[in-house]
Amino acid sequence: MTEQTMPAVTAADAPAGASGRERAFGLIQRHGAAAVLVLLVAIGSFAFERFPTGDNFGNIAITSSFLATVALGMTFVIITGGIDLSVGSVFALGGVLAAYGVRWGSLAALLLPLAVCGAFGLAQGLLIARVRLAPFIVTLAGLLAARGLLLSISHEGAKTYLIPHGALLARVGQGSVFGLGYPVYLTVALFVVGAVVLQRTRFGQCVYAIGGSEDAAELMGVPVTRTKVLVYVLSGLLAGLAGALNAARLSSGVTILGTGMELDVIAAVVIGGTLLTGGAGSVSGTIAGVLLLGVIQNLINQIGDLSSSYQQVVSGAFLAAVVVVQTYLSRVQRLR
Amino acid sequence: MADPLLQVSGIVKRFTGVLALDRVSVDLAPGEVHALVGENGAGKSTLIKVITGVHRPDEGGLRLAGRPADFAGPLDAQRAGIQAVHQEIGLVPALSVARNLLLGREPRRRLGILDLPRMHREASRILGSYGIDVDVRRPLRSLGVGVQQMVALARAVSVDARVVVMDEPTSSLEPREVETLFGVVRRLRDQGISVIYVSHRLDELYRICDGVTVLRDGRVVHQGPLAELDRLRLVALMLGRPVSDVRAEGVTKFSGTHDPARDTPIVEASGLTRRHVLDNVSVAIRPGEVVGLGGLLGAGRTETAKAIAGALPLDGGRVTVAGTTLRRGSAAAAIRAGVALLPEDRKSEGIIATLSVRENIALAALPRLSRGGVVSEARIDRIVETFMRRLRIKAAGPHQRVAELSGGNQQKVLLARWLATEPKILLLDEPTRGIDVGAKAEVQALIDELAEDGLGVLLISADLEELVEGSDRVVVLKDGTVVGELSGGDLTEEGVMTTIAAGTGGETG
Amino acid sequence: MTDMADRTGTAEPAAPASRLDRGRILAWLQDYGVYAAIAALIVINIAITPRFLSVENLRTQLVQVAPVVIVSLGMALVIGTEGVDLSVGSVMALATALIPLYLGYGVVPAVLAALLGGVAVGLVNGSLVAFVGVQPIVATLALFVGGRGIALVVAGGQLKDVYDPDLLNLGSSSLIGIPLPVLVAAVLTVVVMAVVRRTTFGRRLVAIGGNRTASELSGLPVRRILLLVYVVSGLLAATAGVLATARLQASDPSSLGLLMELSAITAVVVGGTPLTGGRVRVLGTVAGALLIQLVRATLIKHDLADSLAQMVQAVIILAAVYAARGAGRR
Repeated sequence: MTEQTMPAVTAADAPAGASGRERAFGLIQRHGAAAVLVLLVAIGSFAFERFPTGDNFGNIAITSSFLATVALGMTFVIITGGIDLSVGSVFALGGVLAAYGVRWGSLAALLLPLAVCGAFGLAQGLLIARVRLAPFIVTLAGLLAARGLLLSISHEGAKTYLIPHGALLARVGQGSVFGLGYPVYLTVALFVVGAVVLQRTRFGQCVYAIGGSEDAAELMGVPVTRTKVLVYVLSGLLAGLAGALNAARLSSGVTILGTGMELDVIAAVVIGGTLLTGGAGSVSGTIAGVLLLGVIQNLINQIGDLSSSYQQVVSGAFLAAVVVVQTYLSRVQRLR
Repeated sequence: MADPLLQVSGIVKRFTGVLALDRVSVDLAPGEVHALVGENGAGKSTLIKVITGVHRPDEGGLRLAGRPADFAGPLDAQRAGIQAVHQEIGLVPALSVARNLLLGREPRRRLGILDLPRMHREASRILGSYGIDVDVRRPLRSLGVGVQQMVALARAVSVDARVVVMDEPTSSLEPREVETLFGVVRRLRDQGISVIYVSHRLDELYRICDGVTVLRDGRVVHQGPLAELDRLRLVALMLGRPVSDVRAEGVTKFSGTHDPARDTPIVEASGLTRRHVLDNVSVAIRPGEVVGLGGLLGAGRTETAKAIAGALPLDGGRVTVAGTTLRRGSAAAAIRAGVALLPEDRKSEGIIATLSVRENIALAALPRLSRGGVVSEARIDRIVETFMRRLRIKAAGPHQRVAELSGGNQQKVLLARWLATEPKILLLDEPTRGIDVGAKAEVQALIDELAEDGLGVLLISADLEELVEGSDRVVVLKDGTVVGELSGGDLTEEGVMTTIAAGTGGETG
Repeated sequence: MTDMADRTGTAEPAAPASRLDRGRILAWLQDYGVYAAIAALIVINIAITPRFLSVENLRTQLVQVAPVVIVSLGMALVIGTEGVDLSVGSVMALATALIPLYLGYGVVPAVLAALLGGVAVGLVNGSLVAFVGVQPIVATLALFVGGRGIALVVAGGQLKDVYDPDLLNLGSSSLIGIPLPVLVAAVLTVVVMAVVRRTTFGRRLVAIGGNRTASELSGLPVRRILLLVYVVSGLLAATAGVLATARLQASDPSSLGLLMELSAITAVVVGGTPLTGGRVRVLGTVAGALLIQLVRATLIKHDLADSLAQMVQAVIILAAVYAARGAGRR
C-alpha cells in the first residue's frame, strides 16, 4: 500500500509566539503562589529573628495542616467546576462527632465522623450531579444543615464533648515527631496521594476534563455523574477527617469553629492557582496557597503591635490580585 | 455497490409541529467519502444526530455492516464505530494533546497509575501517522484550530471507527491544513472507513467526495456520484430553485417597486476584513434601497451584517454612516448612528426570554423613551401599541412573556425593538426564517414599506426567491469575498445561482 | 457552556403536554410559594404561640428583620444581573467600624462615612466584575475576606460602645408608632421597587441578567450598569450596618454581619428571584427575609432547637431552588 506523502503539520503551525507565552502563563499559574511563598519566607527570616525557628515553622505547619486537608478536597471540587460551601460546617461536625464517638473507643471516634461526613458529601453530590441543582445553593443548604446537625448533637452548643487525654485519638492529635505534629505528616501523606490521583490516574483526568468542558467530556465517554458525586464525597470525607483531628488536638469538639472557614479554604485554593471556572489547578498549588496564608498570618503576628486583622486585609488583597491576574491570563489565552 | 457499510433507510423525524426528516435514505459504501449538502433547515444536522445516536428516528432505521443498529445514545453509537468530528471540536481545550487523544483509554501501570511516558509516545505515534508533529504535552488550546481538529479526528478514528462524520471540518483551516485534512480523509478511505462529509465549500466537495446527497426541507432531492453533477445544478438543488424555472410573478409579497434615491449611500462599508471570515468586502446602501446579500451558508453574509453593526471585531476596513466613520467594534456607536441589526439567532442574541413583549420592544430605544433616567410608561405604551398593531404581533397582551410567543411573533417583537430606535438603516439577517407563512408575508410587505419610507435595508435570506424579489440589487458573496453584483434584468434566481457557482472564492476559504 | 446542539434549528420542540402541569405548579411555587409559606406560618403561630399578634412581638420581629431586608434588597439587584455579592457582611462590619471614628464630628458625618465605606467596597467589587471580568463570586469573596479585615484594622479590633444620643435615636425611636429601622426598610423597599420598575437603570439591569449578549447588541452600557449595581449593594449593606449599630448601641466589627450574605441570598432565592438573573422580585425578597425570620422566631418561641431552624432553612432553600429549576424554564 503506497503511503501518500502529506504535507507535515508541525508545531510551527501554531500561532506565532504562542508556545512561549503559553508556557510562561502556565508557569505563573502553577507556581506563582509557591514563588511568593518562598519570597515571603525569605523576607520574614530576614526581618524577624523569631520567624525562622523550628518551633515557629512547626507551629505554622500544624495550624495549616487542618485547613490544608480540607483544601485538598476543595481542590478536586473546584477543578470540576463546582464549589463546596459546606466544608466549614462539616469540619466542625467532624470535630463534634469525633469527641462524641470517643466513648466507644478511638477507632469509632475516627470512623463516625468519616461515615457521617462522607454520607453528607454523598447527598450533596447526588443533588448536584443527578438532580442537577447548582452547587452553590446545594452546598449552601449543606452548610446550614450540617450546622444544624452539629448543634443538635451538642444540645444546642451547650455540651462540649471532651476527649480524654489518654485516648489514642488525643495522642495522635497532639503528639509530634521531629517537632512536627502527627497530623502534619498525615496531611503531607494525603497530599502526596492526592497529587498522584489527580495527575496520574484516569479519575484525575476525568476531573480535569469535566471542569474543562463538561459537554466534551460527556461525549468523550467520561462518567460525569459518578465522578462529580465522588469529588463531593471526597470533600466531605476530608473535611470530616480534618475536623476530627483538630478536635483531637484541642481535646474537645468545639462547636463554634469553622464559621467562614470555607471561604478561607476557597481563597487558599484560588491563590494556589486553581481556576474557579474549573479545568485547571493542582494539589501542589493548593498547599502553597494554604502555607502562604499561614505565613502571612504568622508574619503579622510577629510584628506584634499590629492587629491580627491585618492578616485578613492582606489575604483579601492577595486574593483580589491573584484573581485579577488569573482572569487576565485566561482572557489572553482565549483570544486568538 | 457492494454491501453498503451504513444503510440509512426511510428515516422520519418529527419535532412538535415540524417534519425535520421525511423518509430520508442514504447508502454508504465502505471507504466512500460521501458529501451531505443542504442549506440551513434542510435537515442535515438532524440526520447527523440520528446517525450518531443523539436522536432516535420516529420511523425508519439504520443498519451498520448489515446489522440493525438502534443506538441508545451517542456513546452507544461511538462504541458501534460511528464517530463524529464537529465544528466545535468536542475536546477539552485545557488538557494536553496526549490526554485529550487518549482520555478514557490511557495506558496504565499497577494501581491504575497512568504510564505517562507510554501515553506520550502513543500519542506522538498516532499523530505522526497523520503527518502531525507537535509536542503532545502542550495544552490543546495552544495549538491552531487546524491541528486541534486533526487531533479530534485522530481520536475519533483511533477508537476503531467505521464511519466518521465530519461536520464543516475546514471552516477554520488554513489552506495548508486543508491539504493535510484531505490526506487524512484519503487514508481513511484507503482503510475502508466511510466518511460523511458535511460542507458548503463546493470546491472541496468536488475534490474529495465520491457521492453526494442533497437535502432540502427534510427530503432527499438528489443522490448519486458527485462527478455526474455539475456545480450549477448542485447549487440549484441546494437552493431549491429549478434552473430553468423563472417565475414571472412571485409568491412573495414584495411589490418590487421601490425607487431608491439615486444620491449618496447612507451606509458605506469598505474593505471589511477579518481573518478566516471576510476578505475585503464592500457594500453600499442608499436610502430607500433594499440590498440583498446572496451566497451559500458560510459565505460571510451574517458576518458582513454584524461588521456593519459594530458587533464583529475587524482586522481591517471601515463603515461610514451618513458620512461619519463609525468606531469599530462598538454596537452602541452604530446604534446611535442609526444602524439597527436584527440578528440571525434570535434565541441567543435577540430575545430576552425572561422579559415581557413590552420590555423587549422598549429595550434598545430606552434612552429616547425616558427622561432623566425615569422611564416614561406612557411613551412606551404608545410605541408598543403602535408596533404591536402595525406589525400585527399576536400576543395575549404587551405584558405576556416573550418566551411564550410563536417564533414569528418573537421575530416581530425584535423588529419592533429596532424600529423603535428610528434607524436610518436596517440590517435584516434571515428575517423570515422559522416563521409561519402568514407572518412571512407580513414581514415582507413591511420591508417594502420601510424602504418606501426611506430606510436603507440590507436583506439576508436563504430563500432565494425572497431575496431576489425583495431586493433592488444583490451582492453575491462566496467564501468571504464579493464575487458579483446583480441588479435590474440580471437579478434573477438563476443569475444569483450562476454567480455563486462560477465565482472564485477567496483565500480565506 | 459549549452547546453543540444545532442552535439555528427552525423549530423549538415544545414541552410535552404531561410536563406542562408540573411545570406550572413549580412556577407558581417559585413565584408565590413564599407568601403561602408565610401565611401558613402566621396561622400556625396564631394557633400555638401566645401573644403572637401582640404589638410588642410584631415590633420586635420587624426590627430584627429590618437589616436583613435592606441587605437582601441589594443582593436581589446583584443576583438580577446573574451575579452575587458575598461581601455584604463585611461591609456591615466596615460601616460599624467607621461610625465611632467620626461620631466626634456629629451623627451625620459618621453615617456618611459609613455609607461611603460601603460605596467604596462596591466600587472595587464592581470594577473587578465589570471591567476586569472577574467572576462575581470570586471578586466579592476577596472583599469578603479583606473587608472585615479592614474593618477590624480601622476599629483597632475592639468592641466599642456607642453613646451618641442622636445615633441611638436612630435605632430605637419611632415615627407614627413604627420603629425607625422598619420605616427605613420599608422606604428602601419602595425605592428599590420603583428603581426596578420605573427607571432605565432597573430595566437595563434586568435585561443584562436575562441575556447579556442581546443587551450588548442592543447598545446597553453593560459595564456601567454592573458597576452601579455593586455600588448600590454596598451602599445598602452599609445602611443596614448603620441601623444595626444604632440598635445594638455598640460597634463590634468582628461579629456584625456574620453570615449575613447567607441570609440575604436565602431571602432572595426563596422569594422567587432566579439565580440565573433576568428577573427581580423585590416584594418576594422581602417576604423571603420575613419567612426566615418567622421560622427562626417560631422555633425559638417554642424552645425548639436552633439546630432545627438551620436544617429547616436548608430544606427551604433546596425546595425553592428545585422549584425554580423545574418551573419550565431551561
